[in-house]
Amino acid sequence: MNLVVQYIESYLGSNQTPGAAGNMFWVLVYILLVFTGISLGVIAMNWLERKILAHMQVRLGPMRVGPHGLLQPFADALKLLLKEDIIPAEADSAIFWTAPFMVVLAAFTTFVVVPFGPTHAITDMNIGILFMLGVSSLSVLGIVMAGWASNSHYPLMGALRSSAQMVSYEVAMGMAVVTVILMTSLNAAGTGTLSMIGIVQAQLAQGEWFIFKFFPLGLIAFFIFAVAMVAETNRAPFDLAEAESELTAGFHTEYSGFRWSLFFLAEYGAMMAASSIAVTLWLGGWLRPFPNWLGGARWDDFFSFFPGVVVLFLAGMCFFNTARMPKHSYFRIQTIGLGVFGALLGVVALILFIPGVRVRVQDIFWFAAKVAGFMYLYIWYRGTFPRYRFDQLMKMGWKVLLPMGLGVLILTAGVALFQQNLWHP
Amino acid sequence: MLAGGILVITRRNPVHSALALIVTLLAQASIYLMLYAPFVAGVQIILYAGGIMVLFLFVIMLVSVDRSMRERQFNSQWVIGVIAATALGGLFIAVYTKGTSLFPDHASPVLEGDNTQRIATMLYGQYMFAFEIASLLLLVAIIGAVVMAKKRI
Repeated sequence: MNLVVQYIESYLGSNQTPGAAGNMFWVLVYILLVFTGISLGVIAMNWLERKILAHMQVRLGPMRVGPHGLLQPFADALKLLLKEDIIPAEADSAIFWTAPFMVVLAAFTTFVVVPFGPTHAITDMNIGILFMLGVSSLSVLGIVMAGWASNSHYPLMGALRSSAQMVSYEVAMGMAVVTVILMTSLNAAGTGTLSMIGIVQAQLAQGEWFIFKFFPLGLIAFFIFAVAMVAETNRAPFDLAEAESELTAGFHTEYSGFRWSLFFLAEYGAMMAASSIAVTLWLGGWLRPFPNWLGGARWDDFFSFFPGVVVLFLAGMCFFNTARMPKHSYFRIQTIGLGVFGALLGVVALILFIPGVRVRVQDIFWFAAKVAGFMYLYIWYRGTFPRYRFDQLMKMGWKVLLPMGLGVLILTAGVALFQQNLWHP
Repeated sequence: MLAGGILVITRRNPVHSALALIVTLLAQASIYLMLYAPFVAGVQIILYAGGIMVLFLFVIMLVSVDRSMRERQFNSQWVIGVIAATALGGLFIAVYTKGTSLFPDHASPVLEGDNTQRIATMLYGQYMFAFEIASLLLLVAIIGAVVMAKKRI
């Protein structure tokens, strides 16, 4: 028994990720935490998407289910779980069963290497970014399987279109990622790194987030990746494959109930994974704003108040809206519910102000805040841009983004060589 | 990996065969990992399992499966096939039993962390010519495919 406790405690205070330290218990704990985090993120995204899209379209969105629709995701989840599980008659049931499993697997396995902090990753592979790109390309297979197994022409067309689009934009994504890997090699030893934690540490060492490096090359590479990642996850404005007006929900038409919710989970999970890549590679991962320019213990302390202040702000909004609720007897439960939710947020904010917690939570908070910014951008694009036609989509992937990616790569290599004075004729 | 390989050749439905091939390729990637070559494993997953197999599946799905499944399967060269397979199997068994003494300059396994750097140094340094020739070969293949597929140039 003592040995077990010793084993469990041997990892605390280490400066490695649990995977590198080989401690299986903490690996499992981290996996559970990340899984819970992603699930909470998906739940929050469901509500946020409907509310934000609604507000952008000058309407209110879900208001009935809980106070301001806060319980809507739970109602949706309950409905999907209780729906009848239909399998089409002529469908290939082995592949039909495996397809959502494959997509969810690909979406969630990418989170194994995502760094929430210098030691807060499940593991830190030497080929971190390569692993993430590879596993996310496995989700294409799941979509093709889903379209095929449904044995119906709408899903098949949707699946083939969707997979063609994803494969095309993977090339542009690869170009943008290679540009960043090149930028990591501008240190004294001259060696870059493919590991996700290494990329963020390179940004810290070079004192510049890669989005601003070699202005405007880093920015253009970021732009290419941002467009390609929206196309990769089949989100607006590239969602022709699952557009309701064109293909009646595309490759997941024949999936009902829990199987559809697995696709939904995988889609939002893939969105979060792609945003994590963008945040780690260009926006400095877990680094707070100005880590070098405003460095030192006092500025660290100042910035560490931000998580608590943000949650306190959210709690304040809850209380404000509690006061604005209609004073009708039918709204009493909702008002009380919103007040309780605000109180819970206030308690979380107070916990986040404790000095010990403040220091530890900082990295995770900045990473999550940046990923949340990207999620908001995804919803913003959906509310703003009209859909691309499929031939326009493919034209943009191959004829616009790929040459831009190649150009940025060559220019970055040239500027990096010039800077390092490594030109040996 | 063996199960995947056997499933590839025994399934009637070509889509099932393609999926079994994907499983085989993923197992191959894990074998690369066990040989301390993480970069090759990662590239195998991206290109083979995530790229080439998707294109395989495209072609299989666009060719009508029902008609080809109902066609009579025939193989008139099975004698030669059995002889060739036996010869190959004998070769594998001979190499396995001889051990590593067949390869005189067998180096010790290098550190896993260095794999990508070492591949890059060798590929762009010592084997640069072969790299460029391979890329030229791919360019010729792309042009050939475009020429064959276009209706008019």
